[in-house]
Amino acid sequence: MIEFLQQLANGLAQGGIYALIALGYTMIYGVLRFINFAHGDVFMLGAFAGFYVGPPVLKLFGLGPSYMGMALVLLCAMALCAVAGIVIERLCYRPLRDRPRIIVLITAIGVSLLLESGGQLVFGADPKSFPDLITDRAIEIPASWGRLSELTLTLSQLLVLGVTLLLVILLDLIVNRTRIGLAMRALSLNPAAAQLAGVNLDQVIMFTFGLGSALAGAAGILTSIQQPSIGPLMGIAAGLKAFVAAVLGGIGNLPGAVLGGVLIGLTEALVVGYLSPTYRDSIVFGVLILILIFRPTGLLGRAQREKV
Amino acid sequence: MRPARSNLVFLAVLGVLAAAAPFGERVGPYYYDILVGIGINMILAVSLNLINGYTGQFSLGHAGFMAVGAYTSAWLTLRAGTPSGPAGTAVFAGALLAGALGAGLVGLAVGAPSLRLRGDYLAIVTLGFNEIITGVIQNAEPLGAQRGLGGMGKYTGLFATFAAAAFAVLVIHNLVRSTYGRGFLATHDDEIAAESVGLSTTHYKITAFAVGAAFAGLAGGLYAHFKQFIHPEAFGFARSMDIVVMVILGGMGSMAGVCLAAVLLTVLPEALRWFSHLEALPGWLQRIAENRMILYSFLLIVLMIARPQGLLNFRPRRAKT
Repeated sequence: MIEFLQQLANGLAQGGIYALIALGYTMIYGVLRFINFAHGDVFMLGAFAGFYVGPPVLKLFGLGPSYMGMALVLLCAMALCAVAGIVIERLCYRPLRDRPRIIVLITAIGVSLLLESGGQLVFGADPKSFPDLITDRAIEIPASWGRLSELTLTLSQLLVLGVTLLLVILLDLIVNRTRIGLAMRALSLNPAAAQLAGVNLDQVIMFTFGLGSALAGAAGILTSIQQPSIGPLMGIAAGLKAFVAAVLGGIGNLPGAVLGGVLIGLTEALVVGYLSPTYRDSIVFGVLILILIFRPTGLLGRAQREKV
Repeated sequence: MRPARSNLVFLAVLGVLAAAAPFGERVGPYYYDILVGIGINMILAVSLNLINGYTGQFSLGHAGFMAVGAYTSAWLTLRAGTPSGPAGTAVFAGALLAGALGAGLVGLAVGAPSLRLRGDYLAIVTLGFNEIITGVIQNAEPLGAQRGLGGMGKYTGLFATFAAAAFAVLVIHNLVRSTYGRGFLATHDDEIAAESVGLSTTHYKITAFAVGAAFAGLAGGLYAHFKQFIHPEAFGFARSMDIVVMVILGGMGSMAGVCLAAVLLTVLPEALRWFSHLEALPGWLQRIAENRMILYSFLLIVLMIARPQGLLNFRPRRAKT
């Protein structure tokens, strides 16, 4: 039982990271109706932004590993990733706005490969060790909680969950309580009508890319705090799993992305804990294929009729 | 009945190949390797072209089908004890056929989800199938698991490879030019319109997947008995991507362009390797030349923006409106 709870805790922390990445997939799908294959690589860029920017930023403010330092590096990485996302959209996707979707899809795959191989060229192919932003330690669970005190939780796991929750709440406020959020929702509901009502398409798409990429960047930092070995190809697996999470929850649906991320994280942890780690990737893809066959709109998605 | 021109051309090509193949040995092992590589890649590219080009689906998992063919045929010839002489040829032919059939069956299974999926989703699902196939092989002890499978006889030669390539070109050419095969193009152009004139787009999609996968399996069998060692990692996403780049560069739905692209992209990595050892070049250029994916990905993006019909496709079909 304790082991089961332990796997759940591990899965929840990983699931939070998938949820952050999945939110970006789903938001971009909402406004542009296409899957940004390069999104997982923006997550990788976030980790490397922390790797390069982290030490100088900490030094500049005279901080050691601390909550304040982590927050600063997190914000820097999010800003850099937002810029990266906006640049990618401007250079690669905007010229293709009215082309068939398959063309945009191939371009997105190209961007993804370019970031991966470019990362290998610029950052080097060997794994790097991420600087300490906080001093990780095990959380003591009071003995009065009975057997629960046998659980091993780390500070980084709790931080990941806390920051994820904070970002999700913030995103919810932006999407549901601001004018630009209203424009995003309008655009994903009906692009033509939204533009007739005065929504600036380019502006909203740019904002969405920036927002989604910033979340991916945050996920990059959070992952690196937990597993401090980063490499230019780390975005592939994480990106694919987050994509599966977005589809599982129903693509285009924000709460669905969070739910999907958590479910995928839990599934993975249970497979690793009770089956075999070598099956981890196959199982996640198996889940994807099953959803797409039996419930293609995802758990929380609504069906859309195809029209001529 | 008058034989179609394409069949006569095929027979002529076979004759030329049979005459030329013995001379192929003389080019030395390095160039021989590249030549066989060209033939195998041609089969892969032409068969993926049926799925991604003519039928307008988007498969990112072609190397998975190749893996099925490679492992099936390798396992069979190993079970048969890798005989030599005419018996070996017969075993090899049977194993290739079985590999192609096995891959075709897996293609049917992968084609099934494509009924409901399109574009981006299909790409991810096929990629997922590719991962699942290599994942299963990595856990399958009789297939060597993570150690790879070796010890196959070197049955694949120039003649077998290029005869198979010519056969793939012939079958797929005849298929899409036939009255029946117009349905592939119709599925590509407009599924709803195709359905409305009574074509079953489901049927065409599944057929495209099964036929394309069978040829990829054939290519896998040839590959396994040429390299004499196969490893699940050789059939991963990177390999699938290579084939996709060939099809896109050659022009989706252009047979000649795709064949040309298969030749170019087999030679290109070798040329790049030579390039990367040139002392006169600055270090960063050498490093770019070492990493062909940088070039491929850049090419993909620029092509899609500037010339979406493909670099080598000089007679594109009229664009869909």
